[in-house]
Amino acid sequence: MSRPLWVAGLTAGLTFLYFLLTTAILIWGERRVVARMQSRLGPNRVGPLGALQTLVDGLKMFFKEDVTPAMVKQPIFTVAPLVGVVAGLLSTAVIPIGGEVTLGGETFTLQVADLGVGVLWFLAMGSIHVYSVFLAGWASSSPYPLLGGVRSSAQMISYEIAQGLAVASVFIYAGSLRVSDIVAAQSGEGLLPGLPGWFAIPLLPAFAVFVVGMVAEAGRPPFDLAEAEGELVGGFHTEYSGLRFGMFMLAEFMAVVIQSAMVVTLFLGGPSGPTFGLPAPIAAVMPTVWFTLKTLLFIFLFILLRGALPRTRYDRLMALGWKLLIPVGLVWALATAALVLVREDGGLSTTARLGLAAGAVVVAVLGLATGRGGRDAATIGRAVSTAVRPTAPAATDEPDPAEVAR
Amino acid sequence: MSDTTLHGTEAAEAADRATSADDPTLAALRAGLEGESELFVEGADWESVADAVRDETLIVNMGPQHPSTHGVLRLVLELDGETVTNLTPIIGYLHTGIEKSAEYRNWVQGTTFFTRMDYLSPLFNELAYCLGVERLLGVEAPPRAQAVRVILTEFNRIASHLVWLATGGMELGSTTVMTYGFREREHILDLFESQSGLRMNHAYIRPGGLANQVTDDFVARAEALLRRLPEKIGEFEDLLTENPIWNDRLRGVGVIDVERALALGVTGPLLRAAGLGHDLRRTDPYCGIEQYDFDVPTDTAGDSYARYTVRIEEMRQSMRIIRQALDTLPSGPVMVADRRIAMPSQQQLGADGMGNDPAYIRHIMGESMEALINHFKLSTEGFTVPAGQVYSAVESPRGELGYAITSIGSNKPWRVHVREPSFVNLQAAREMTRGHQVADVIAVVASIDPVMGGVDR
Repeated sequence: MSRPLWVAGLTAGLTFLYFLLTTAILIWGERRVVARMQSRLGPNRVGPLGALQTLVDGLKMFFKEDVTPAMVKQPIFTVAPLVGVVAGLLSTAVIPIGGEVTLGGETFTLQVADLGVGVLWFLAMGSIHVYSVFLAGWASSSPYPLLGGVRSSAQMISYEIAQGLAVASVFIYAGSLRVSDIVAAQSGEGLLPGLPGWFAIPLLPAFAVFVVGMVAEAGRPPFDLAEAEGELVGGFHTEYSGLRFGMFMLAEFMAVVIQSAMVVTLFLGGPSGPTFGLPAPIAAVMPTVWFTLKTLLFIFLFILLRGALPRTRYDRLMALGWKLLIPVGLVWALATAALVLVREDGGLSTTARLGLAAGAVVVAVLGLATGRGGRDAATIGRAVSTAVRPTAPAATDEPDPAEVAR
Repeated sequence: MSDTTLHGTEAAEAADRATSADDPTLAALRAGLEGESELFVEGADWESVADAVRDETLIVNMGPQHPSTHGVLRLVLELDGETVTNLTPIIGYLHTGIEKSAEYRNWVQGTTFFTRMDYLSPLFNELAYCLGVERLLGVEAPPRAQAVRVILTEFNRIASHLVWLATGGMELGSTTVMTYGFREREHILDLFESQSGLRMNHAYIRPGGLANQVTDDFVARAEALLRRLPEKIGEFEDLLTENPIWNDRLRGVGVIDVERALALGVTGPLLRAAGLGHDLRRTDPYCGIEQYDFDVPTDTAGDSYARYTVRIEEMRQSMRIIRQALDTLPSGPVMVADRRIAMPSQQQLGADGMGNDPAYIRHIMGESMEALINHFKLSTEGFTVPAGQVYSAVESPRGELGYAITSIGSNKPWRVHVREPSFVNLQAAREMTRGHQVADVIAVVASIDPVMGGVDR
């Protein structure tokens, strides 16, 4: 890596800004979309469509009184929220947010660090984030945070295993842990001509495991058990207030963005996408646009889930992780390894590969159609569609109040 | 259903007996109050529980300030990990003294008090109280008032179940269900407001009938609601009924069988979900509700999910009753003709937004001294009720809501004791949560649907 310092600085600055801005958009978008699903208005005062509400809320967090209860264990109580935010920000380092850019005679990729162990870096930072939650729960010296902390560390560790196995399929298939290699491996054509070579298609089960895992890993509804406000008041951040509470919220929302960005990078080709033969300066931005669109798609999925579903119970969540996701991830990692071995031995013909893929699809469809999974997926789909159905303006068929007064 | 009517002298004797010093409890109480011995009134359950348990047990004090305890219910949980080994509900944080206060107000004012107890089903409180007073008075409300009472209370049942669905959904993490439930309830409250002037705590049902005649557009409004609600209740079903998470959270959670439910005095949807189709609208009908055709939904599972399906179906059955009552709504007055009970003015909403009745004012101010005297007596003293005791009960959204009213022949109730279904049902919580997880405590308490205003009174 022989990049000039200004290039490294620029890339780091851009990545930092990019993820902070996307997080701000997520928070605003979530409040707008969920409000829409719940026939409310949502924030609409500050800025166009209330888009600057996040900024104002952030400022408010800054100036609020930061209460530190007397019985907490210092300095862990103070450090815990910092750990979460820092771990989140650090994990963005390996995610390429755009393609190659030529600026001032230098050609570089919009990625802070293309580490040889890139994917592992992402998983490691996720593990460190668990410390933030767990230490916050423990240092608060209070039952609710403690329960929340214990729950979430168990949850995150379990789902990290599932996610790790899904990621294992990816790097076995791509043959590299380096993120740029994984993105490059997805740039070609897919199994069928015309389809993109995204890993989501050949590695569909791993993709599914990763997507479910990322909802749990980000601690978002319906898997937001760590902070189940219905049961544990605020979970691990019950005793926090002011800026430190704000940092937890930032870390949580950033986790959503990062997980979405990571699933795009690993399974949906990252920043790759057609440039439509546009002139150079615009074509250079197109990868970032594609990357953003794909990421927003997943962010939108997170928001829809939150609007439509109740919260799962802790033991069901663990059962889902250990009894379904981890076995599926494990089996698929082994199957991928077997496929790769076959490929190295000369490979299968295109027909055989197609046949295998078709067989896998049939098995998956059959499984979904007959098993409980399919029914569940269908009902969740119906719940989402009910919630997003546009609601007629209220009280259209009510008598006119003025008339009633007469 | 006991309906014992004592006569004046007997009731007075009963009163004397109760206040005489022979009663050991009363004597002790009086001694305590006069400082002869110390009287401890304590709620030190926390300390005794904390000392009694093993070290590994985690004691969690859930409430009274907690987002999921329906207001100010306090639950002391003993946890072994995430498993609940014991649950102690502690109540009293919303004690209002309504029952006692009612003894110092006249009979009509009682309506204003009792409507504030179970604030999610105010009309049922008014109805049960007024039915009792009417029985003591020996009068019966006119047919139109009876039908309107049925229509409004059944709408109230739907509104109450909607709030239950909304808060229950919220507590289980589904915020969308919360807004949907409250959204539909607002439309029902619009109807109540159009008739009584108040969205809650209406004091609309009065001894002898209703406070005022329903408006001309009452039927149109009610029908608009009936057109709107089925689709919206269908939305809840789409969101929840087959939702795997909702099923996981509720099925097999908080099971209670008929036998235990009866032993604990549990009534309402909890009892019907356990399998016994006991409904006072069937077994002890009031306000002519027996003339309408409706089903009493039951289930056999006895778990929280069965309570959900039973309540959803109850909303549909309530709409059936309302539909029939609207179709056969009789015309006529909504208050008994007896001018010693009913305020004779028929106030109409004036241009200034206030109720007024110019013809009546002309009558009492310019024409009849006797009418003015009657008006004055009714407004200040109210009417007297013959001495006696009565128990009148209605099927509230939470179960049997009963009013045991004692009169000694004065213009005030001597005692009104309320059998509150929230209070009775809540004692099943311990049994229903033991061995479950913390998250299930929320589901169970939500499925009991206690209203703390009713529990504490």
